[in-house]
Amino acid sequence: MRGLPDRKTGWLSWLSTTDHKKIGLMYIYATFLFFMLGGVEALMMRLQLAQSQNTLINPQTYEALVTMHGTTMIFLFVVPVLAGFGNYFVPLMIGARDMAFPRLNALSFWLLLFGGILFYASVFFTPPNTGWTFYAPLSDSAFNPSNGVDAWIFLIHLTGLSSILGAINFVATIHNMRAKGMGWARMPLFIWGILIYSYLLILALPSIAAAVTMLLTDRHFGTGFFDVAQGGDPLLWQHLFWFFGHPEVYIMILPVFGMISEIIPVFSRKPVFGYKAIAASTAAIAFLGMLVWAHHMFTTPTPIVVLAFFMLSSFAIAVPTGIKIFNWIATMWRGALVLKVPMYFAVGFIAQFVIGGISGVMSAVFPVDWQLQDTYFIVAHIHYVLFGGSVFGIFAGLYYWFPKMSGRMMNETLGKVSFWLMFLGFNMTFLVQHSLGLQGMPRRIYTYQSGYGWDVENLISTIGAFILAAGILVTLFNAVRSVKVGKKAGNDPWNANTLEWFVPSPPPENNFDVIPRIRSAEPMKDIRREVAAAGRPAGSVAQPVAPGT
Amino acid sequence: MPRRRALILALAGAAALLLALAPVASASWIRPESGGSPNANDISTLYTIVLIMGAVIFVLVEGLLVYSVVKFRRKRGGPEPTMVHGNTPLEVGWTIGAAVIVAVIAAITFIYLPKIKNPPNSSANGLQQLAGEDFASLNQPNPPNGKALRINVVGQQYIWRYDYIGAPRLTENRPVYAYYQMVVPTNTTVILQINSSDVAHSWWIPKLGGKADAIPGHNNYTWFKISKPGIYKGQCAELCGNNHADMLAEVRAVPPDQFKAWLTGQRQAILQSQQALAAQRKAGEGQ
Ligand code: HEM
Ligand SMILES: [Cu+2]
Ligand SMILES: [Cu+2]
Repeated sequence: MRGLPDRKTGWLSWLSTTDHKKIGLMYIYATFLFFMLGGVEALMMRLQLAQSQNTLINPQTYEALVTMHGTTMIFLFVVPVLAGFGNYFVPLMIGARDMAFPRLNALSFWLLLFGGILFYASVFFTPPNTGWTFYAPLSDSAFNPSNGVDAWIFLIHLTGLSSILGAINFVATIHNMRAKGMGWARMPLFIWGILIYSYLLILALPSIAAAVTMLLTDRHFGTGFFDVAQGGDPLLWQHLFWFFGHPEVYIMILPVFGMISEIIPVFSRKPVFGYKAIAASTAAIAFLGMLVWAHHMFTTPTPIVVLAFFMLSSFAIAVPTGIKIFNWIATMWRGALVLKVPMYFAVGFIAQFVIGGISGVMSAVFPVDWQLQDTYFIVAHIHYVLFGGSVFGIFAGLYYWFPKMSGRMMNETLGKVSFWLMFLGFNMTFLVQHSLGLQGMPRRIYTYQSGYGWDVENLISTIGAFILAAGILVTLFNAVRSVKVGKKAGNDPWNANTLEWFVPSPPPENNFDVIPRIRSAEPMKDIRREVAAAGRPAGSVAQPVAPGT
Repeated sequence: MPRRRALILALAGAAALLLALAPVASASWIRPESGGSPNANDISTLYTIVLIMGAVIFVLVEGLLVYSVVKFRRKRGGPEPTMVHGNTPLEVGWTIGAAVIVAVIAAITFIYLPKIKNPPNSSANGLQQLAGEDFASLNQPNPPNGKALRINVVGQQYIWRYDYIGAPRLTENRPVYAYYQMVVPTNTTVILQINSSDVAHSWWIPKLGGKADAIPGHNNYTWFKISKPGIYKGQCAELCGNNHADMLAEVRAVPPDQFKAWLTGQRQAILQSQQALAAQRKAGEGQ
């Protein structure tokens, strides 16, 4: 490797690195740590709710746990872990040697980490207790003088800045640095997901940045944006929050759709069905996703015509989403399914996301939502979308790409055990919650009266949560163990389609010595075909040897 | 021929499924609460229609998924799958299919909406000759004859207050009020005007219909009409602080004459306690 500096090692190399792969890994380590914290908070809440009138956890602590859990899972796990996978794989999949702005990339990561640490510091003072939505006036200083709310405001600013810088970086990289021949219609679907995720972040984040800044000045500098007594309006908070908050939901799912669209074809041994429809529906979902925010406000004093508009726009989103699901199933149809762990999680993703989609359409019927809003039906819905959907997809991606990142395979048996525990635990925890909501159990309550008939389902839900947690631990154990003892992966263990499988696992610091020319949406298939035609042993072309090594 | 048979079988299967779903869908744990007021019943019906449509889609999609996983596993030495990249008529077909389904749901919603939103007149055996004053309401239609019992509901951490502004007054400019338990006459249309004096809350008695947020600086509206006397329970549905879970509410429906008696009694009780308080204060000053 003439002309290249030696690969840096040691912990200092992590602090100073601008290598997109190291930054990607740091994102993944950090966010999984936050995932554990959010999970422990969830289990504590489930313990408290296991029986009626339980006194294990006091009201103040419970509301703090709800708030920390929701905030952690959204701002410190799902959104940034996707940025982590994006960081690692965008350059590799488009045939680039790094991101467009490597140092900005490092800054994005450190902003995220410090945002998270700052937020968690509030645990030592008074953590916030308003739910992840921080509705004014409850979050205003009159009702919530605690500095936990301020810690949350800084979290939003820092992680928001991190996300915007990261998004600009993704956009610049994807627009300008694709390998020769990779036109828009040959770009991997995961890259489509990350591109549109980035655009959505850029469009949606300014709204919440403005909202929390207004909250900050209301709290400390005497303004009254949300204070009725000063001519402000609490509903302004809800509009600004959800103008960001609903696109945020698509920010958390579109890159996962992309992962699923990569994994399903590889393990079905068939090209993805309807590439253009999947890419176009991603864009359609993002566009419509900007127009549905007030479906979170169906119970507020708002004219019926407005509610009807937001119901119809929400319905419209169901169409492109349905298209994707049919395309994935059509990809599997008459394929030759290789049921490895990534495929287990991908199929589990589809099965569960469908339920979240259906309960979503039901909640979009606004007169019905007058009953469902703010109940456990909605808690079930968000978890079917975010956990059954996003997190199962992220686990699929983890099992799929772990060999590339570490050079070693994860254990299949442990993976399957983990999947079945998670699948069983997840559905046990959240399926019954639909029913609890229908029976009148509101969300965010620290306890409930006995005699409402909510006891049995809550107990089932709590037991399910512990099974689910056990399943997650098995995967973490699997990952830690496989780094040491996993089978060597080689360049391309799955016979995959995209360019990251062209390079060694883990990839060298410069990614590619030679960047292949792209002739289709499945470059690795072309390369394998070429190799076979030339009659040379597979792999000899896959990483051309530079002269002099 | 076998294709046709498969189609017939599938249709028969779907029909059987619908029949099997109907009784399940009527079970109380799978639908929103209802039975207290007509709007709650209509929401429950609308919900059930959407649920059944959702269930059919659920069975279809999960069925295709499970079938694919079982049927299309790779077999050793099996043929390579054909490299299909898409099928435009099929894709256009399911796009239109999905659009039609949501359009049907929208149409059904607009059919049920007026019944859910517009209150009927009070029945003949309800409370008559209501002196009720109108709310200036943009979002809550009145009953056709304009007559209803009007109550102003105020959320505050962590209790609900009810001002009976449509009933005889306490003093010239104060209505009779009550906390926690709202007493109302049966067979009478009751229109609620909901607001808050501190943070956001949400008024919700599941058996009496949907919830309505109480937002400071705004008025929200809903209505109910109860035919069965009894107690209907609910609780605040918007996080309003640490003790949100303790912000319970109930509505007690009694026949109209009992309601009148209760109102008179409540008025007296409030006046008496005010006098007692005034006397106490005077005594205090005298010392
Ligand atoms: C270990 C698995 C999990 C369990 C047992 C769990 C459980 C819970 C519980 C008990 C609540 C509070 C419900 C309430 O009182 O209203 C909650 C809320 C929530 N969870 Fe989870 N959860 C889990 C994973 C996740 C994941 C992975 C995500 C997102 C990716 C997530 C997102 C949320 C959100 C956004 C809320 C709402 C918070 C709020 O009301 O402010 N959860 N979860
Ligand atoms: Cu309240
Ligand atoms: Cu409350």
